[in-house]
Amino acid sequence: MNNSAAAEPLQHSPPPGPTATPTRGPLVLRHRVSTRLWHWLNAVTILVLLMSGLSIFNAHPRLYWGQYGANTDGSVFRISSTQTTGFMEIGALRIETTGVLGRWTDADGVQQTKAFPSWATIPSMYNLALARRWHLFFAWVLGISASAYLVWSLVNGHLRRDLAPRRAELAPSHIWHDIKEHARLRFPAGEAALRYNILQKLAYVGVLLLLIPLVILTGLTMSPGMNAAWPWLLDLFAGRQSARTLHFVAAMLFVGFIVVHLLMVLLAGPFNEIRSMITGKFRLPVERTPVPVTPSETAP
Amino acid sequence: MSRIISRRNMLTTTAAAAGTVLLTGCDELGRSEGFRKVLHSAEKLTFRAQRLITDRNTLAREFPASDMSPIFRANGSTMPGAAPYQKHLAERFANWRLAIDGLVQTPRSWSLAELRAMPQRAQITRHDCVEGWSAIGEWTGPQLSAILDAAGVKEDAKFVVFRCADTYNGGRYYESVDMVDARHPQTIVAHSLNGEPLPEKNGAPLRMRIERQLGYKHAKYLTGIEVVDTLENIGECKGGYWEDRSGYQWYAGM
Repeated sequence: MNNSAAAEPLQHSPPPGPTATPTRGPLVLRHRVSTRLWHWLNAVTILVLLMSGLSIFNAHPRLYWGQYGANTDGSVFRISSTQTTGFMEIGALRIETTGVLGRWTDADGVQQTKAFPSWATIPSMYNLALARRWHLFFAWVLGISASAYLVWSLVNGHLRRDLAPRRAELAPSHIWHDIKEHARLRFPAGEAALRYNILQKLAYVGVLLLLIPLVILTGLTMSPGMNAAWPWLLDLFAGRQSARTLHFVAAMLFVGFIVVHLLMVLLAGPFNEIRSMITGKFRLPVERTPVPVTPSETAP
Repeated sequence: MSRIISRRNMLTTTAAAAGTVLLTGCDELGRSEGFRKVLHSAEKLTFRAQRLITDRNTLAREFPASDMSPIFRANGSTMPGAAPYQKHLAERFANWRLAIDGLVQTPRSWSLAELRAMPQRAQITRHDCVEGWSAIGEWTGPQLSAILDAAGVKEDAKFVVFRCADTYNGGRYYESVDMVDARHPQTIVAHSLNGEPLPEKNGAPLRMRIERQLGYKHAKYLTGIEVVDTLENIGECKGGYWEDRSGYQWYAGM
């Protein structure tokens, strides 16, 4: 997408290597080892936590707000089934989900009425005890690795240098400009591709500093042992059942992040992007012919 | 093959294949004894971490009456069908006894009236089922520590095993905790829920309250307390019905 006939030579470092032709940018080091390691560890960890979490949700496919909540108490969200259909209910809104949620057909052609289908859960067949073993093991992996990554990113300057948004980047006009550029699938090239753009920064900082802490703390709030140890958790999240609901919301935000993340990798060039997360080496997209920016610009 | 495989096709196929490998791979791993051991190692870590940051007497939250569940849900056994239990039920538990044996100085037993005559503790606490729901209710009964002290626990005691009158899917229910949870101030032998004698579905006439752990630890239809130094000779050695049967955590503080 960025390799359109751009004749402009690269004006910026890194120094051009033998491959630096006008249509092919240089290979540069883009991701350090800690980022690459944590990325792939997360790819496994988050997926296992999501899928085992859906398994655990299947044990009681209702969410509540407050200190308590069981079948006879009003739920804010639930997945259930009728004789013939599956549906989910968000507040008063009922959405039919037959075939996917609440009522679906398993690999043997048998109708099942668990909330999430077997392709979305670990283990694939309902087993709450085993799902909890998966989930509570990988919860430790996430907690330890995220803490270590956070500390290391503070020490090596990654957070301050690469992830922290600059004041100018946070200007609404700048953010809006980046959103428009992304919507037109015009991604930064040349030197600008060396840095995270503001949307990337907000997404990554949001996951590291908000979403992961939220999912860990709401997870801990569901633990009766942790409620005794840290009773402020119950006050922070307005009760165990509220925390369970927020934990589910956080999980769905992870799903949203992953979908957008994978989509952007595909659109930005999956080979280059995946290589950069494995070897660290990223081929810098060459810059497009500069387009004069005018306020009336409407079409790419 | 002359047809050009489109990039989208290839990606979809790759994703589907990766998904299948992941799913069957996870199921395979879940069946492997060695991998289960790895997964199970998290339980010890959680146990140690929680004990490290929690004083042995740190209380579970007690709630105001306004926070109580309108209906207190029941789960698992809700009506033991065995004839002896049905007889006790018909007699309104007038002849029910709670026995204590094992590593104690004086094995003995109590009637319900005797348990009610002991110093009582009432607590409005939250019951958390492993499935995910919670219910808040008020429980009343003597502290387990008083019962243990009345029998005189021997020095080598490490665990307290709870014996129950109910069978579930053909197995006799039981549970166990270590001495820290056994002697916790909120660990009571409850005979009342919300000021009334326990309903059958909630464990009449006696059930345990282990307030810093999940619901399956709170053994219902309690008939006996056995003090032991190891769980290796009890049931299938894992310390409880659900632990033996399905691999649930013995430490259910998480």
